[in-house]
Amino acid sequence: MRKWTRRAFIGAGTLVGGGLTLGVAGVVLSPSRHGVVSDDAADKGELTTWITVTPDNLVTILVPHCEMGQGSQTALAMMAAEDMDADWDLVRVKEAPALDAYANAYILRAFAGDSVPAPLARSFDYGTYRLLRWYGMQTTGGSTSVRGTGVYGMSIAGAAAREMLIAAAADRFGVSASECRANRSRVTHVASGRSASFGELATAAARLRVPANPVLKPPATYTIRRTARPRFDIPAKVDGSVVYGIDFTVPGMLHAAIDIAPVQGATLLSVDTGPAEAMPGVTRVVRLDDAVAVVADSYWRARTALDALKPAYDDAGHGNVSSASIFSAFDKALGAAPDMPKDAATVITADYRVPFLAHATLEPMACTARVVGDHADVWAGVQDPLNARDAAARALDLDVEHVNFTNLPLGGGFGRRLPFTYDYVDQGARIAKAMSPTPVKLVWSRENDIQHGYYRPAAMSRCAGALDGTGNPLAVASNYTGGGDRESVFMPYAIADMRTDSRDAPHPIRLGAWRSVLNSQHGFFKESFIDELAHAAGKDPYLFRRELLGDQPRFRAVLERVAAMADWGSALPEGEGRGIALTECFGAIAAEVAHVAVTPAGTLRVLRVFAVVDCGDVVNPDSATAQVEGGILFGLSAAMLSEITIARGRVVESNFHDFPMIELSDAPRISTEFIRTDARPGGLGEPCVPPIAPATTNAIFAATGIRVRELPIRKQDLSRRANTTA
Amino acid sequence: MEPDTPLLWALRDTLGLTGTKFGCGVAVCGACTVLLDGSPVRSCSVPVSAAEGAVVTTIEGLARDGTHHRVQQAWVAHQVPQCGYCQSGMIVAVAALLDQYPNPSDEEIDTAITNICRCGTFARVRRAIHAVAGS
Repeated sequence: MRKWTRRAFIGAGTLVGGGLTLGVAGVVLSPSRHGVVSDDAADKGELTTWITVTPDNLVTILVPHCEMGQGSQTALAMMAAEDMDADWDLVRVKEAPALDAYANAYILRAFAGDSVPAPLARSFDYGTYRLLRWYGMQTTGGSTSVRGTGVYGMSIAGAAAREMLIAAAADRFGVSASECRANRSRVTHVASGRSASFGELATAAARLRVPANPVLKPPATYTIRRTARPRFDIPAKVDGSVVYGIDFTVPGMLHAAIDIAPVQGATLLSVDTGPAEAMPGVTRVVRLDDAVAVVADSYWRARTALDALKPAYDDAGHGNVSSASIFSAFDKALGAAPDMPKDAATVITADYRVPFLAHATLEPMACTARVVGDHADVWAGVQDPLNARDAAARALDLDVEHVNFTNLPLGGGFGRRLPFTYDYVDQGARIAKAMSPTPVKLVWSRENDIQHGYYRPAAMSRCAGALDGTGNPLAVASNYTGGGDRESVFMPYAIADMRTDSRDAPHPIRLGAWRSVLNSQHGFFKESFIDELAHAAGKDPYLFRRELLGDQPRFRAVLERVAAMADWGSALPEGEGRGIALTECFGAIAAEVAHVAVTPAGTLRVLRVFAVVDCGDVVNPDSATAQVEGGILFGLSAAMLSEITIARGRVVESNFHDFPMIELSDAPRISTEFIRTDARPGGLGEPCVPPIAPATTNAIFAATGIRVRELPIRKQDLSRRANTTA
Repeated sequence: MEPDTPLLWALRDTLGLTGTKFGCGVAVCGACTVLLDGSPVRSCSVPVSAAEGAVVTTIEGLARDGTHHRVQQAWVAHQVPQCGYCQSGMIVAVAALLDQYPNPSDEEIDTAITNICRCGTFARVRRAIHAVAGS
């Protein structure tokens, strides 16, 4: 193979030993280039998606996205292979290396869509994701892999490869390309029956011009997409052989454990390193600005020696910050409930609140690094290897060209490993520098992870709604804290007067993008309040929503289907209830019905969940279903159980005993359906998170008459006694 | 090695058997589950001294002669793992459950399998367990 360099992979070219390699340039924010591999694409440089065909007839798809269980590496390979007419059994997938050439600017396209900048405003301005920061990165986030890289990269690369292979075959057979067909990694001249494999044609194809306008296959002719294909990454995940970031080893490596200042932004004042350094196996104690690490010959010895340190930190001036002070500031910032029309027959108001949440990936953060002179090697599992490489280079004061970053499979991401969240890479690099040239693996404890997250924002919403004399809604409005964007506050309902007002109430708690970013909190606010409005109108919550979706056929179809699946309206036993919720998130529309049971003593069980999703097309249906199930259960942990609280400026919770998540016994049966539409594809990794909290709390109201307005639900007494005295 | 070193770290750092995972360190999540003389234990909270003379089976030891254990086969067939990090412990715990209860009820499954899966694969875990039991 030739060397991985930026220039080496521009455009199509031959591989040493023969074969074809093909790249598609990502031309950012240039709507005229939509769907086109332009002639000057190579010169633009942002090569992102790659297909190689080798003489052994194997097709290798090089994917510029990490695998964290979301299945997008397999789905992206399916998209390329489909338009290539490759034989799926001969397709392999590899993650692209952390080189600038693989920056996946396509995720911008996923947000930008076909015309810029009009749709930009819809999705670009959200939370901690800043548009320009994405450029030049290799990010896996925002539910963008399939709808960005797949749609704007992989399919086009596949179609271009097919056309080049057909052209090479036509040359070989001395016939016109229009007389040849590709099928299962062979090109056949239809009239004569002559054929050649992709592998046989690849070297000749590589000398041909890259087609400017490759024609995509009509979906009706798909043979790979829309069929359930086993994920490439699963076999190594059932026998312990997959090497996650935390499992990586390099010869001669030492191990580090770390104690981090409990208040974010605080400074290490002093630490007596003597007692720890006298302990068995300990090599050295390394001081950082806001932390102290022990380096030893095993993780356990490093971890044990940490207890011998008594580091002193300041509190960064945040010693008085608490959850109570933050929510009190929220309450003040929200002010009076929004104004409602004077002629309304009924006006209702409600406050909702949600806590900070940790990502709690099951694999704790880990980073291995080796610094030798002005060169560094760094290994970790991240959602953006290019940005992680930058973080390491900054920590080491090295040029990025001198930092070699290798991404490893992720034991969960959910946003915790996105760009600008690489404190563990920064620490790992600095510790390795102190120990240079010895390589060091830093492993965080669960306590480090729970207490040093980039948290889902705590947020509050103050809602008001008005009905006319016949129960038709006149107005819905909310003031909210914690951030929002146009998609997260969007309601599809036809209500004449809809308003939202974002209020600022700053606090020092470190925030990040938690699976669905701003949509989990706003989904709960919006879909709880519309439910309250339905009940205030004396109407069925499903029918109330449905009546307001006359102009929104996609939302209406999703809602109607989930209601039918759940047998909405049929009788249930005492103490059981159904709740419904409908949201749009990252371009996908999802509706869920939760069926719950609440015992007289107040014990909640979510028995069944029904989900219907319209994300346009579905590439790998079984894997897509897994994302729906996972999104629902991830959201259900947050709805029912999980909460990060603050006292004296620091996180109170420390491990899974006080940051609980649902277990197998809590998990409802889930039924999932997709509605396939011609709409521009939406994401799937995140959109099923937001509806589950309101679907569940709406179901609790149906079952008990108790309205839950604060998450997690476990904080509220759901017993019959509470209901009768409420 | 100090005798109070958790079995987990002896497996991972000393023996290089990294299939057994560190998740919480306090025996809550189950990612570190291994079999000690056939019984599931949370190796983060078992001192290596307690394993002296015992047979320890990790995820790497479930396959026989290059063939996946039937639980591993079911995990592939039902496409259970997502990120996969919890699955070593989950699979080992399920293998032990099925040794004890060849055809477990949902209640027996709920009681025995308390491993945390952050990705939310539980629906498929249950389905795969029943599929193995019924095969």
